[in-house]
Amino acid sequence: MSPFPTHLLSIDDLGSEEITEVLRVTDSFAEVGRRTNPKVPTLRSRTVATLFFEDSTRTRMSFETAAKRMSADVLSFAAGSSSVKKGESLRDTVETIEAIGIDAVVIRHASSGVPARVAGWVDHCVVINAGDGWHQHPTQALLDLYTVRQALGGGDVGMARFAGLRVAIVGDVRHSRVARSQISAYAAMGAEVTLVAPSTLLPPSLEGWPIAGVSHRLDDVLEKADVVSLLRVQSERGSGEFLPTLREYTAGYGLTSRRAAMLPPGALILHPGPIVRGVEIASDVAELPASLITEQVSNGVAIRMAVLFLLLGQGPVGGGHHA
Amino acid sequence: MPERAGHQGSGPHPTLVIRGGTVIDRGGERRADLVVAEGRVAAVGEGIAAPRGALVLDAQGCVVAPGLVDLHTHLREPGREESETIETGARAASLGGYTAVVAMPNTEPTLDSAEAVRNVAELAASATTEVAVAGAITVGRLGERLAPMAELAELGVRLFTDDGAGVQSAGLMRRALDYATGLGVTLAQHCEDTTLAGAGAMHEGAWSSRLGVPGTPAVAEEVMVARDIALVRATGSRIHFLHLSTAASVDLVRRAKAEGLAVTAEAAPHHFTLTDGCAAGYDPVFKVNPPLRPQPDVDAVKAGLADGTIDAIATDHAPHAPELKDLPFDQAPPGMLGLQTAASLAIDQLDLPLATVLALMAWQPAAIAGLDAAHGGEQGGPIMPGAPANLCVIDPSARWRVDPAALASRSRNSPYGGWTLTGQVRHTVFRGEPVVIDAEAQR
Repeated sequence: MSPFPTHLLSIDDLGSEEITEVLRVTDSFAEVGRRTNPKVPTLRSRTVATLFFEDSTRTRMSFETAAKRMSADVLSFAAGSSSVKKGESLRDTVETIEAIGIDAVVIRHASSGVPARVAGWVDHCVVINAGDGWHQHPTQALLDLYTVRQALGGGDVGMARFAGLRVAIVGDVRHSRVARSQISAYAAMGAEVTLVAPSTLLPPSLEGWPIAGVSHRLDDVLEKADVVSLLRVQSERGSGEFLPTLREYTAGYGLTSRRAAMLPPGALILHPGPIVRGVEIASDVAELPASLITEQVSNGVAIRMAVLFLLLGQGPVGGGHHA
Repeated sequence: MPERAGHQGSGPHPTLVIRGGTVIDRGGERRADLVVAEGRVAAVGEGIAAPRGALVLDAQGCVVAPGLVDLHTHLREPGREESETIETGARAASLGGYTAVVAMPNTEPTLDSAEAVRNVAELAASATTEVAVAGAITVGRLGERLAPMAELAELGVRLFTDDGAGVQSAGLMRRALDYATGLGVTLAQHCEDTTLAGAGAMHEGAWSSRLGVPGTPAVAEEVMVARDIALVRATGSRIHFLHLSTAASVDLVRRAKAEGLAVTAEAAPHHFTLTDGCAAGYDPVFKVNPPLRPQPDVDAVKAGLADGTIDAIATDHAPHAPELKDLPFDQAPPGMLGLQTAASLAIDQLDLPLATVLALMAWQPAAIAGLDAAHGGEQGGPIMPGAPANLCVIDPSARWRVDPAALASRSRNSPYGGWTLTGQVRHTVFRGEPVVIDAEAQR
């Protein structure tokens, strides 16, 4: 197997073997999470910084909990409270943070490509993308895969089910970093991905995307979907530029009770959250046993522990992670 | 200087002899030495003896041509002196072989008043290149009301543009074209429909989709090219299109010319050398407006340069201080340095005869900018006794490596760092003064 990449910037940095390894390592950390004292010494004396230029309490807490459960020291830079502001260059900020001597920086930024740029500037520190613009949110896709595998039997049984698995990704693919990561992740594992969205919410070009197809009618896709993964549709998309109204979106693409009933038995429903109930998914559908939304959140910590472990946990302190 | 005492005349600069080169101008190509004295070409011919005290510039293996003219330079002064000044920009221009640049009006303040134009002219008085000011079409480049074009034309402004933005209103653009026709000046359009471009930071296509970067579609440029061609047809006016970047834009201009409309166009070196895939690493040094396009557009721009559809190579030299280019890709300002690499890129990357490259970079842009003899200017004319001595000497076979840190500009945002290019500007003579000798700026 090729060595695990130095940074986690995009799912495209990983192949099926690396994704499989992440999911297997996650099993161990999920077990840790179920203990009375869910803490291991793996990252003792290592420092993990979260650098969130965009608000996301859930993702930041998930990463920080993961790092703390591995005994790492955790620094939290919230862009609003630090000196980061318009006018100060990103590079200065990152150099300051690296000078503190941290081992890994977890970055969330509203602009695509910031984690990749930062990875090009740092010398010793590992960069983990916690979501950049419309580009990638790799740990979200990994936890989705983990959640699906768990629901499909777990372990190697669940892993084997990805091949040929019919996954429908529904919603605002155009503006979604989650979708870009999910598509690469599911495709790497052999699943058949269909994108379901109004034309205005698809990327301008799908050239080279590893998808089986595109549909503009959710009803046509549901009967043949093993997994329906819904994307959040931000309310501003319904202001008339991309969609006439959110109501019209819901009428065509919302997962209503009627539509949920069209799914084959055993089909799974995922949503990266936070849910806009009544837009992408009806409240009663979100509560169905097929809905894995709660599991997604709880698996987030174990996935992030696995990622930190694979990027940081195997080498000596102060660099040389892959010695 | 004592060693030069005794040369005829008492001008501020030594008599020059440019020896051993091949002269290329719009009249053709011939082996000839040149004598330059008192700001003018004094003699042209083979085997001319150097007058006593003359400074000899070696031109063996080189082409001696009219100085290059850049239709599209952002000098940043006044207002953004941390990115460039007239002095540093002019030095970069001289090193690039330019003896004239057209300074774009998107400074702070905008060059939309007589006071602002006079100010730049004063600041540029001692520059090593001629700085021709382009005025804004609309006040503050806001696209709302016409700038005082007649007043600026009185000061010698020949080209007007809101570059950085296109004039969005078709109605106002029609009035502007009408007004300009009456004044005998030319409008130059930055073609970009803002409703289509939106917040685009790169070309909208396969790369922007994959990278998750908001895109500017090719059609944002093309609808304005098409609109303005229709306006030129309707008003009987003339227009110059700045930095054409798409295949359909080139084709629209080709057809407009075939129809006999008074349309000219330029293309920037980055649009015939780089593609949108260059932005894959999110380095804002590859962010420019119009954006880098896919290969078919690059090929179309090259074809347009080759068949005469595009009249000029213009740099769109756009310096930005390093801290601005360290911003995230979508927030960094668009623009690239161009003055010191344009001639080399044209020689190295275009499969065109040198005479064609020089037409695209010297006499054709001089005519568009109104800087040629026909407009009372002193750029781009034939090299003959009595002609103003604005000259460049280019070694078409010299190889050099681009090091952004070594460029004369105050900024470092060249996308060509590390490129080795064939073709180098060796000497530049501006109004008789050797401002560049052996690729070194003299002041």
